Amino acid sequence: MSHDLHNRSRRTALKTLAAGAAATAASPLWLPRAFAADFVVGVIYVGPKDDYGYSQAQAQAAAAIKKMPGVKVIEQEKVAETTDVQKVMASMIEEDGAKLVFPTSFGYFDPHMLKMAEKYPQVRFAHCGGLWTEGKHPKNTASYFGYIDECQYLNGVCAGHATKSKKLGFIAAKPIPQVLRNINAFTLGAKSVKPDITTQVIFTGDWLLPVKEAEAANSLIDQGVDVITMHVDSPKVVVETCERRGIHVCGYHADQSALAPKGYLTGAEWNWLTPYTTHVKDAMAGKPLNNFLRGGLKEGFVKPSPYGKAVSEGARKQADAIKAQMMKGDFAIFKGELKDNTGKVVVPAGTVHKQTDVVLEQMNWLVAGVIGKV
Amino acid sequence: MEAVAALPANAGTRAPLASDAVRRAAEGLLIPLGALAVSMLLFGVFVLVLGKDPIAVYQLIWKGAFSTSFAWQNTLQRAAPLILTALCVAIPARAGLIVIGAEGALVLGGLAAAVSGHLLSGHAPLAVQLAMALAAMTTGAAWIALAGGLRHFRGVNETIGSLLLTYIAIALFNHFVEGPLRDPASLNKPSTMPIDEASMVGNLPGLDVHWGLVFGVVFCLACHVLVRHTVAGFALRVVGGNVRAARLAGLPVGALILGSCAVGGAAAGLAGMVEVAAVHGSANASLIAGYGYAGILVAFIARHNPLAIVPVAILVGGINASGSILQRRLDLPDATVLVLQGIAFMAILAAETLYGRARLFQPRGA
Repeated sequence: MSHDLHNRSRRTALKTLAAGAAATAASPLWLPRAFAADFVVGVIYVGPKDDYGYSQAQAQAAAAIKKMPGVKVIEQEKVAETTDVQKVMASMIEEDGAKLVFPTSFGYFDPHMLKMAEKYPQVRFAHCGGLWTEGKHPKNTASYFGYIDECQYLNGVCAGHATKSKKLGFIAAKPIPQVLRNINAFTLGAKSVKPDITTQVIFTGDWLLPVKEAEAANSLIDQGVDVITMHVDSPKVVVETCERRGIHVCGYHADQSALAPKGYLTGAEWNWLTPYTTHVKDAMAGKPLNNFLRGGLKEGFVKPSPYGKAVSEGARKQADAIKAQMMKGDFAIFKGELKDNTGKVVVPAGTVHKQTDVVLEQMNWLVAGVIGKV
Repeated sequence: MEAVAALPANAGTRAPLASDAVRRAAEGLLIPLGALAVSMLLFGVFVLVLGKDPIAVYQLIWKGAFSTSFAWQNTLQRAAPLILTALCVAIPARAGLIVIGAEGALVLGGLAAAVSGHLLSGHAPLAVQLAMALAAMTTGAAWIALAGGLRHFRGVNETIGSLLLTYIAIALFNHFVEGPLRDPASLNKPSTMPIDEASMVGNLPGLDVHWGLVFGVVFCLACHVLVRHTVAGFALRVVGGNVRAARLAGLPVGALILGSCAVGGAAAGLAGMVEVAAVHGSANASLIAGYGYAGILVAFIARHNPLAIVPVAILVGGINASGSILQRRLDLPDATVLVLQGIAFMAILAAETLYGRARLFQPRGA
């Protein structure tokens, strides 16, 4: 086969193309460690950094740690959950000298991050999601995650005050425990205001399907829904559609108020700066890696967006009161008796689930008041 | 040109033939290379507009893709799946079909591989791997043959048909992975039951590149032999050249169309098996990564020539690998690499019109 010929020709061609660029070993671009003096932190996103959603929330924390002295942040966006992300992690380590890597997408963990953690035991890996298990996963890997259902509960309280039709809408990607927990928390928050409120759920099937998300929003609004929230990677189109159709919307992942200045009530935002700072400081000080970082409002892992203009005084008061309780750590979202939307008791009377209860991580039901099926 | 000059103009009866072959080969090599050179220059202008130094960008592309053994492994790993999905476009193209459904064949092939791998867990690894490959290739072959069948028997445009079949394939895939075939332990990332660790396909010896690369290269070689050196391959090219002439000549047009689709689909299905058996260990949504669509680009740049697919896939893999370093070092957005790929694709398609124009490459003394 003419492999040799091809190789030689391509090399020749590429060299010619870079004509005049005869690179010398002295050029800084050719040094194996480009940022030798700094502590290099790599951050990998599954979507664009400015998606008004999941990746943006991570990128905001990355932007903040960039300002820490002696820290150099390198970033890469739109990396697929395939061997691509393994190669990106390896490149950050081999080509840029990264000592700490944040692979931020849920699907990066197994097998990709675990493989790289084994290959580069001296590098720290901090993954977003609650997957790290003592004894099962390497010591140089860690998980960080937040109890964002607390903010979804507050979303629900604001939505409950704002709705006139008592019909809320929730646009979700997949019926997995994390998402179901948010839907249930949102609905419980709304029902604490008006007990006969319903939440219509639409599952789109995947994390980033802008066309389907817009269709879902329009169809919900056509059915009389007047407040919508969501759990998809980029809430942008849903928020924009709601604003255009003149209804209220609660955000998710990051602050989307700029997209809906009239209708934005509040939003459930991540505050990843807390775990990012912890990991970077620990690594720079040579302290052992904190393998499992988790928290809610109280610990500063999540935060609500500032209230929009459309939030009434009464809504603010109630939401602020609940938030204060959450900050003290004595508010439970999931406490008995709770029935699911088929009438089955899922949390018996007298049972109070703390946020750390692992039962909540296996949620496979929708609470009464939600219209939809898992 | 070097290649032409290097060969002495032999005298004798066979000389014109030999030098004609060289001229044709030189044309086939220099036109795409020229197009690439032009696209790199255009890309340099684009980079300049973004306010970055094009020379630094070229250097980084070289560094990220081909300068070190690490870069080469990065490039080859990214090229591996593209070789197989490109064949899914290239082989039906020899029969005159434009099939763009490799993504669907890949995900369903991956699903079939994951299911068969799990069912056979505990058996000898090689047997399990063969069964997985067979299941994946059969599934992929059937899926793309479906698009070929719709075309041949019902007159459905195969491009649209295969594209729409991809949406159906992904919907079916999601249904099975999130429903009947879901591993109950996969809470927040629905997946099928994992295959045995022992049955996983490993890396090539001494490299951080999995065996999928070798599968792809072997498949390309086999397809080259099939298309160039067999009667069926000749008949296939006749069908691609002129279906009515092929019918008049009594060729089994339907079988050739379905067969070429099946071969292409088998390649894409095998790509799915590699993703499951060498990377993920089960079938889940990470399989839907766009390799099927990237293969279209590779096949068209390679002008549907199975041998050319390998270097083109390596080139595209290299561009993707260097996109990584461009983002990190120069803060260029991810879309920069898409712009480069787009420019290269357009330049190569535009250069198609140059074939047969330059006298230098034309046969002499005819």
